[in-house]
Amino acid sequence: MTAPTMQAHPAGEHDAAVAVHPGGSGMPTALVGMLLFIASEVMFFGGLFATYFNARASVAPGEWHPPPGGHLDLPLAAVLTAILVASSFTMQFGVWAIRRGDTGKLKLWTAITLALGVLFLAGQIYDYSQLGFGIRDGAFGTVFYTLTGFHGAHVFGGAVGLTIILARSMRGQFSQRNHVAVEAVSMYWHFVDVVWIGVFSTIYLLR
Amino acid sequence: MATTTLEPRAAGYRRSWVLDWLTTVDHKKIGILYIVNSFLFFFAAGILALVIRAELAVPGMQFVDQDTYNQAFTMHGTIMIFLFVVPVLAGFGNYIVPLMIGAPDMAFPRINALSFWLLPLGGILIFSGYLFGGAAAEGWTAYTPLSGPDYGSTPGTDLWIIGLTLVGTASILGAVNFIATIFKMRAPGMTLFRMPIFVWTVLVTATLILLATPVLTAGLIALFIDRNYGGSFFDPTVGGNPILWQHIFWFFGHPEVYIVILPAMGVVSEVLPVFSRKPLFGYKAFVFATVGIGLLSFSVWAHHMFTTGAVFLPFFAFMTALIAIPTGIKMFNWLATMWRGKLMLTTPMLFSLGFLSMFLIGGISGVMLASPPIDFHVQDTYFVVAHLHYVFFGGSVFGVFAASYYWFPKMFGRKLNEPLGKVHFWLHFIGFNLAFFPMHQLGLSGMPRRIGDYSPDAGWTILNLISTAGAFLIAISILPFLINVIATFINGEPAGDDPWEGNTLEWATSSPPPPHNFDRLPPIHSERPLFFLTHGHGHAAERPEDLEEEPIGESKSGDAERRPEDLV
Repeated sequence: MTAPTMQAHPAGEHDAAVAVHPGGSGMPTALVGMLLFIASEVMFFGGLFATYFNARASVAPGEWHPPPGGHLDLPLAAVLTAILVASSFTMQFGVWAIRRGDTGKLKLWTAITLALGVLFLAGQIYDYSQLGFGIRDGAFGTVFYTLTGFHGAHVFGGAVGLTIILARSMRGQFSQRNHVAVEAVSMYWHFVDVVWIGVFSTIYLLR
Repeated sequence: MATTTLEPRAAGYRRSWVLDWLTTVDHKKIGILYIVNSFLFFFAAGILALVIRAELAVPGMQFVDQDTYNQAFTMHGTIMIFLFVVPVLAGFGNYIVPLMIGAPDMAFPRINALSFWLLPLGGILIFSGYLFGGAAAEGWTAYTPLSGPDYGSTPGTDLWIIGLTLVGTASILGAVNFIATIFKMRAPGMTLFRMPIFVWTVLVTATLILLATPVLTAGLIALFIDRNYGGSFFDPTVGGNPILWQHIFWFFGHPEVYIVILPAMGVVSEVLPVFSRKPLFGYKAFVFATVGIGLLSFSVWAHHMFTTGAVFLPFFAFMTALIAIPTGIKMFNWLATMWRGKLMLTTPMLFSLGFLSMFLIGGISGVMLASPPIDFHVQDTYFVVAHLHYVFFGGSVFGVFAASYYWFPKMFGRKLNEPLGKVHFWLHFIGFNLAFFPMHQLGLSGMPRRIGDYSPDAGWTILNLISTAGAFLIAISILPFLINVIATFINGEPAGDDPWEGNTLEWATSSPPPPHNFDRLPPIHSERPLFFLTHGHGHAAERPEDLEEEPIGESKSGDAERRPEDLV
């Protein structure tokens, strides 16, 4: 039964996939690792989003709102969204700079990206202090703080990565050929940005 | 990253034996650490199993109280699954996968060390509940609301959550490492469809770990927030949903079942061809069946939740029954591999045959459970306990022992004693069936799982007594294994590089391999490069049963001259 299946393939059909040198062709191994890690992070946020939609679906349409006395600050969240989306662009300008070998611009754009990330976190903490409800206040409070809080923790993780990139670029460790860490951190930063767009759309726009 | 092969070996660099093992980033040493650590947890969880079986031997509470009993079965399940079967197979993967694909190490050696060291840390945290008023006691599935803030308020469940989160993180990092290694570190000529089946099963397993475990992490964090910060994920009085936990847990938990069985299937698929002296029948069918099981595993989780009334029965019953197809394909792969082969009944072969027969029983009871009418009848009875042990123990653990006997000579340069190994197998096999086969009947006659006591009038006493005797026989069967390991270290038969006349690249280097794995690699034109190195390409055609393999060897040999050979 299997013999015809095997013979049906012409010789060398799979040879296109041959890596002639281990790890030496295609995407750098570190980036493969980062992409795989991001895939696992997608599933992690998938789980958190599942808890959100489960709570959302358990109440009647129109009944899904912050606990009494609390509110959501859509304008502030929109500004924070703009900040984080802008930081994705500045990050990418830094990546393009080092791909050209421009280490000066890499430092500049990384510093700006880091500043925008810190601004986002500061804005989120301010937002938390103004909302008037907490994680204990029913399913809405629990899923809101868990989803935005874990996203914030990931922004913090990205900011740590950016700090390392900035410090390493200050020491002149990156060049046009050798900057895989910059590419990896930028991937992670874009991912964190995309997650925020999902969180923002879900919590503030879909309602 | 793995550049040691090109460097001359560092001379005179010495450090203490302990420091060497604590700080190693060599995938072989880390693999051995994984395996040793896993067996230590296996013995701990095995002792808990004996506590459970001793208590159930006759009606009444003789040895432990109800609460201790609940902790015992919870810890037994948790430790066996998360700290024995998954990591021990990851340990064999760690040791063998880089060797099988002709790589000098894993892609990320230091992350590899981190993945390992998180395991004992997580395991100790899970066990440490015993020091703080009692370990987790809700069963390894930790259903809400039992695991929620209203019940089980001891720190044991919190430690269970933290420990499992660490173990899960270790798994995820390990999965990233395995996938990156398999995609980026293969030797020249080792195309995807020339990878040994074990490597394929590890690849699919790692993908399942990568995509399923983070969902459990999210659920564990939600549970932790409910327990400690007043959250209401699983509290229906304020908008939460206790069934949500079951969805999250089983969305992870069912892929987990295949995470546990696929590498064991891979082990068996390496052992059977070697000791049948034939190539694996239907290599590609096996690969596609493995990938198919991986894909299906994400669409069957709610078959654990038929009786909740919250899931669409026809869909999940149908998808679950579909899994029998790729699994059945594999069964025929294995049987046809042995058909008219020169069977050699070595200990690893015996354990592989044990796997085939026991896993078949577990698979059949699994298809029965996929049918909602039967499932409604036996949900949460000993029938389910029997099923899961035939799959986990009769399947995975038999695979673990097959791997242990098969690869021990490669890891330590000495062969385990064969007669002692056969004593181990037969005691193990008889003990296993004595312990778990009666549970089918107990379940069908209504004995619920997770009870510490039952009525003398229920008619369950004799079968429970038999089961307990079987459990102790399994424990006794471990003794010849331990004696065997110790005796082999003291005075074992030297194995040589290739004691079994293997097919795959791990047998092409010394036993144990040098730190950089290979001084030179044979040319790779098939999934059995070593077989063709020792026997030549013409050999396979002399036996008619090998004919289906021949076109691959022939067609691939044409492009040999444009491939750099004998090079790492």
